[in-house]
Amino acid sequence: MTQLVWLVPALPLAGFLINGLFRNQLSKSLTGIIGSGTVLGAFVVSLLIFGEVRQEGFQPVVVTLFDFISVGKLSIPFAFQVDSLSALFLLIITGVGFLIHLYSTAYMHEENAPQFARYFSYLNLFVFSMLLLVLGANFIILFIGWEGVGLCSYLLIGYWFQNTDYDDAARKAFIMNRIGDVAFLIAIFYMVNKFGSVSFDEVFGKASTLSTGAATVITLLLFVGATGKSAQIPLYTWLPDAMAGPTPVSALIHAATMVTAGIYMIARSHVLYDLAPVTQTVVAVIGLATALLAATIALKQNDIKKVLAYSTVSQLGYMFLGLGVGAYTGAVFHVMTHAFFKALLFLGAGSVIHAMGGEQDIRKMGGLRKALPQTTGTFFIGCIAIAGIPPFAGFFSKDEILTAAYAKNPVYYAVGVFTALLTAFYMFRLFAMTFGGKFRGTHEQEHHLHESPAAMTIPLWVLAILSVVGGFVGIPAVIAPNAHWLAKFLGPVVGEGTGAELASGTEWGLIATSVVLALIGSIGAWARFSKKPELGEPTGFGKVLANKWYVDEFYNAMIVRPLDLLAQFLVFFDKNIVDGIVNGVGRLVQYGSRQLRLLQSGQVGGYVLLMVLGILILFLVELFSGGSGTVTKAVVGH
Amino acid sequence: MPINYYIFLSVALFCIGVAGVLTRRNAIIIFMCVELMLNAVNLLLVAFSKMHYHAMSAAMPSAGIDAQLFVFFIMVVAAAEVSVGLAIIVMMYRNTHSIDVNFLNRLKH
Amino acid sequence: MGTTQLLFWFLSILAILGAILVVTSKNPVHSVLWLIVVFVAISGHYILLDAQFLAIVNLIVYAGAIMVLFLFVFMLMNLNADTEPQKNRWLKIAGVVTGGALLLVLVAALKKADLKAQMAEMGKGDIGLIHNLGLVLFKDYVVPFEISSVLFLSAMVGVVVIGKKAEEDKTTLGSQKYGG
Repeated sequence: MTQLVWLVPALPLAGFLINGLFRNQLSKSLTGIIGSGTVLGAFVVSLLIFGEVRQEGFQPVVVTLFDFISVGKLSIPFAFQVDSLSALFLLIITGVGFLIHLYSTAYMHEENAPQFARYFSYLNLFVFSMLLLVLGANFIILFIGWEGVGLCSYLLIGYWFQNTDYDDAARKAFIMNRIGDVAFLIAIFYMVNKFGSVSFDEVFGKASTLSTGAATVITLLLFVGATGKSAQIPLYTWLPDAMAGPTPVSALIHAATMVTAGIYMIARSHVLYDLAPVTQTVVAVIGLATALLAATIALKQNDIKKVLAYSTVSQLGYMFLGLGVGAYTGAVFHVMTHAFFKALLFLGAGSVIHAMGGEQDIRKMGGLRKALPQTTGTFFIGCIAIAGIPPFAGFFSKDEILTAAYAKNPVYYAVGVFTALLTAFYMFRLFAMTFGGKFRGTHEQEHHLHESPAAMTIPLWVLAILSVVGGFVGIPAVIAPNAHWLAKFLGPVVGEGTGAELASGTEWGLIATSVVLALIGSIGAWARFSKKPELGEPTGFGKVLANKWYVDEFYNAMIVRPLDLLAQFLVFFDKNIVDGIVNGVGRLVQYGSRQLRLLQSGQVGGYVLLMVLGILILFLVELFSGGSGTVTKAVVGH
Repeated sequence: MPINYYIFLSVALFCIGVAGVLTRRNAIIIFMCVELMLNAVNLLLVAFSKMHYHAMSAAMPSAGIDAQLFVFFIMVVAAAEVSVGLAIIVMMYRNTHSIDVNFLNRLKH
Repeated sequence: MGTTQLLFWFLSILAILGAILVVTSKNPVHSVLWLIVVFVAISGHYILLDAQFLAIVNLIVYAGAIMVLFLFVFMLMNLNADTEPQKNRWLKIAGVVTGGALLLVLVAALKKADLKAQMAEMGKGDIGLIHNLGLVLFKDYVVPFEISSVLFLSAMVGVVVIGKKAEEDKTTLGSQKYGG
């Protein structure tokens, strides 16, 4: 079965080609069937592969399809790696991907057929690229997928490209990703230089020969790449803007899969990270700072998708914290659970937006629980899951990261658990403002309110169930020994838990603390906002948070404006000096030829005179330069 | 006579021809100056032929005879050239009623 | 100074003088006559150099046929008078200076060449005789000789074509000129 792994990316690629090429011919229902069906097929194949991988004694397999680049001693095959990590990601991508495709068939129903097909072809291309990213057996294939998802992200954020703001958001996402990609690319080059190879097997096999300095440089560069793709400080500002895309896109790309590419990549290359403690500290600190910063911003956002976006940034920060403290399994675990509940929340938000006729401002919502019971129920499950209240999925993964963080440094834990409190608070603020209280929108909107169709609610319920039970694959040892199935499954690839063992009492204490804080945050927010929603403009410190700490403004002032000025100067330089030189040369030639034209008088005598003068000069040069002239010799010689 | 003398005589005749070509406007006179230059070259060839014969006749009785044949061929070509050239000049005169080369400034266009 | 030397100097001076007069004469017919003098002088040089055949051919072809052709053309055009318009004086000076400079350069260059020992000895050798020339011409140079006949033929055809064309042009031109 593992030999057929190429089928997994090939199916969405076929879907992309069919939908993309025949978008003017296919009907909408057919497009939806092709788009979703190919991903479903990929999911089935992934499931079969997963079944094989989870058997005892499975060894990672590298499936080489063909030679991709072969230059000198460097050979880069187009190869896929099948092991527990990629199999798990395959399941997440194709599973969540299929649900979101299904959801999209209903959500995007108002688009006309060619646009609908364009949407699905992009979505399929995205799934293809993402699968390439997680399946690649070397950094180059990974990078191809990495760029592919970036491109699809750009295309889908700018899906409604008629809107200039959306277009700008797409460009912003693309450019910020690009900054990270450059670092990633340099890291790959550096690896080629150091190891003479980019395949995972060889690089990780030879990793121990690397000096700490080189390992630090490579890992830092890779991490910069990851900050671009996974929206970490300082390159996180594109993700909230990326909410311009259709909501299912936000769910699939900007919550469940693409943004976790950075985590996947670091977990994949954990061998290198283990060699660079400095980088690990950087990763942990950046992750933690991002988690806290994004959580504080999320407190004051009023756009339902923006809140979720900042929440995503914050949760990604958690994952990086996990990577930084060596809890690779925990980070991947959190990727999985996060994919479930964040996709659920986004799709729920999409359902709300769908019902509200495009309205995204939670100040104009409220009381939706009556009109949208299924959405409310699933959204509530998602909120509990992300808040980290047991026994929902988020609790287990978050707890694993926090425990590992405590083992590494209690300060990490303190900040992390405070962020968890904020998370619970803003999520329940969102929930309360959206579904609690009374309806605050227009009469027309109230009349229009309706529960979404089955194609949208089924994915919601499936994801809700996964959000409930998804955590049971990683029950911490302190609760039930030997129940952490995921750690055993991933162990061979990402290494056994590296965190120091804690006394079980301490661990129970940590769990209790985080649960209590999550409960306080949730109940506090519900009590605070369900009756008396926050409608006015924020003041004081709240205003700073509502304006996202003015980070965008800071970037504008520090980077964009100077670049603009430089560009203006260069335009001036180009127009006046470069063009001046070029035009000057042209004008000189023109002037010179106008003067030289006078030589062409048409008078034969003049031509002859010039000819004789030319002969004269040739004689002078020939006979009187370079000592005894050759002509003279020729005259004398016999 | 030393060969130098012939060389200088020929060069003098040749340069007079050049000066004539450059200074005159009458097409036929220019043509005649060209003939003068040709003859200067012919004279030089014959002189060299003689010089060559003087140096080499011991080994090769017919040394230098080639040069005289060259002169012969030059005369042949010159005769053909003159006939065509004069025909052209006559035609030009019939068209423009002048044999002033300055009228022939069509090359400008 | 023997007779040959005397003859050499006489013929040389005659040739150069004649050449100068060719260029400077106002009357084109005088130019033609002076050119004939130059050719005769050069033929004299040929005889001095024991190139008897060439001397005769030069006299017949050049001084005879070709110069008669020139005179013929002048008479055809009725250009015996001094009708040549004067060239720009500066251009004339430039022409003379350029020609002089060429002479100067060539003489200066050749002066360096060590040719004092090389002699063109006179009164000796028989390579200029028709017999010897004919042997070489019809043995070694028979192909160029035949080709030169083709050259003459084509020149003749060319002249006829040009002349005919000119006649046609003349009739149309003349009818325009004198008809109106």
